[in-house]
Amino acid sequence: MKRITSYFKSLLLLELLQGMGLTMRYLFKPKYTMRYPIEHIPKSNRFRGLHALRRYANGEERCIACKLCEAVCPALAITIDSAPRESDGQRRTTRYDIDLFKCIYCGFCEESCPVDSIVETNIHEYHFERRSESVVTKMQLLAIGDRFEQQIAADRAQDAAYR
Amino acid sequence: MADLLIHQLLIPVAYIVAIVLPLVIAVAMFVYWERKIIGWMHVRLGPNTIGPWGLLQAFADVVKLLIKEVILPTNANRFLYYMAPLLALIPALAAWAVVPFSSRMVLSNANAGVLYLLAMTSLGVYGIILAGWSSNSRYALLGAMRSAAQVISYELAMGLCLVCVLVLAGSLNLSDIVNAQAGSKGFLDWFWLPLLPVFVIYFIAGVAETNRAPFDVAEGESEIVAGFHVEYSGSAFAIFFLAEYANMILVSFLASILFMGGWLSPLQGWIHIDAPGWINWIWTGGFIWLFIKAFVFAFMFLWFRATFPRYRYDQIMRLGWKVLIPIGIVWVLVAGCMKYFGIVGV
Repeated sequence: MKRITSYFKSLLLLELLQGMGLTMRYLFKPKYTMRYPIEHIPKSNRFRGLHALRRYANGEERCIACKLCEAVCPALAITIDSAPRESDGQRRTTRYDIDLFKCIYCGFCEESCPVDSIVETNIHEYHFERRSESVVTKMQLLAIGDRFEQQIAADRAQDAAYR
Repeated sequence: MADLLIHQLLIPVAYIVAIVLPLVIAVAMFVYWERKIIGWMHVRLGPNTIGPWGLLQAFADVVKLLIKEVILPTNANRFLYYMAPLLALIPALAAWAVVPFSSRMVLSNANAGVLYLLAMTSLGVYGIILAGWSSNSRYALLGAMRSAAQVISYELAMGLCLVCVLVLAGSLNLSDIVNAQAGSKGFLDWFWLPLLPVFVIYFIAGVAETNRAPFDVAEGESEIVAGFHVEYSGSAFAIFFLAEYANMILVSFLASILFMGGWLSPLQGWIHIDAPGWINWIWTGGFIWLFIKAFVFAFMFLWFRATFPRYRYDQIMRLGWKVLIPIGIVWVLVAGCMKYFGIVGV
């Protein structure tokens, strides 16, 4: 008897109609797609993207060449050389390279920095056109810091209460 | 002489262009609509970049395909390899000659219209078989064999459905079949009601006949890559695509004509208001009704594709031979009885 009823049920295509009802409901649902270059998903203020070196408000670079970031970096992506600055003899970096191919964006460099100099900005859309470009130099890092200082400072201020 | 040229050549060609050109554009828009609908049912957006709302996507695809190279496999049979797409396309287009769009708009009001349609839709499978065979690839051959077996089995079921319609309408002429569905009870006069199981079978067989999901084992990406057209590229592939979609639209139109009253209005006999001509079609009927019905059926094709997983090959054969054909045969008798005792039909 059960077999006969199930046979007639399958003849009436009930299960197929149920499935079609389901897809019809999905037809009108709001879509998940983010049209990426036009739309962006909101990003956390703790997002760890491209690196930057910051300056003080008077234009002096923050970095004092303590090399803590170089020491803590688990991927050995940071290379620092230092020497007394010629103008006033302060200890400064002469070279500050980050190899972005090695970097794993862990954020340890930022956490270890005693003067909040090296930071990871929320920039995640960047590219290289030559292999050597993956190594960003001190000048490039400072330029990134200068350009996005407002955003960097705002993100740090938002997060300050939790540090 | 000039008169003869105009009547024998120019006017027929103009008629043909008047049907084929809108058909090709309809295929392009149907491809777009398919991608849109399936996208929406997957909770995606579908094509939305080229043109407003992505409307020009299909045309961009056509241009891309036409620019690409048609590759001839080394061991392919050259003549048949190039002939196969045409063999698939020509019947798909030729079948439109007898489709009546309204009581006056029909290219050829053939008396054996249904027979001609059966012939043309069965010819299409030759294109598929030859494509699979001539490209000399195992995948393509498997796809061709599958599609041949499938189309032949479902042709029987489809033929039985047509027989039911013929019994009730008493004519092989498609215009007469539509006129036989005219009456005073609105859409209840149409053949879908007395022939409801057959109507469902017809549409299922139509989906199988056009090798569409869930009966698309001839393509079967997961098993045989792309089936019969795996070796085709560029414009040859585009022609297969065109033929497949033209066939889908044809099946949609035939389902509307045979079972849903063609150009007749679903309100026929219920209300009639004297109104200006441009709005009169709503109750007196017109080609717009046919297009609306065909659009709904064409939408069903996409709906099926977004909903159902592909049938296994033996399940397809079982469904065709052991379910659809027996029901079709029984309903031929039922239709005969209905006609004999004067319950429905002319």
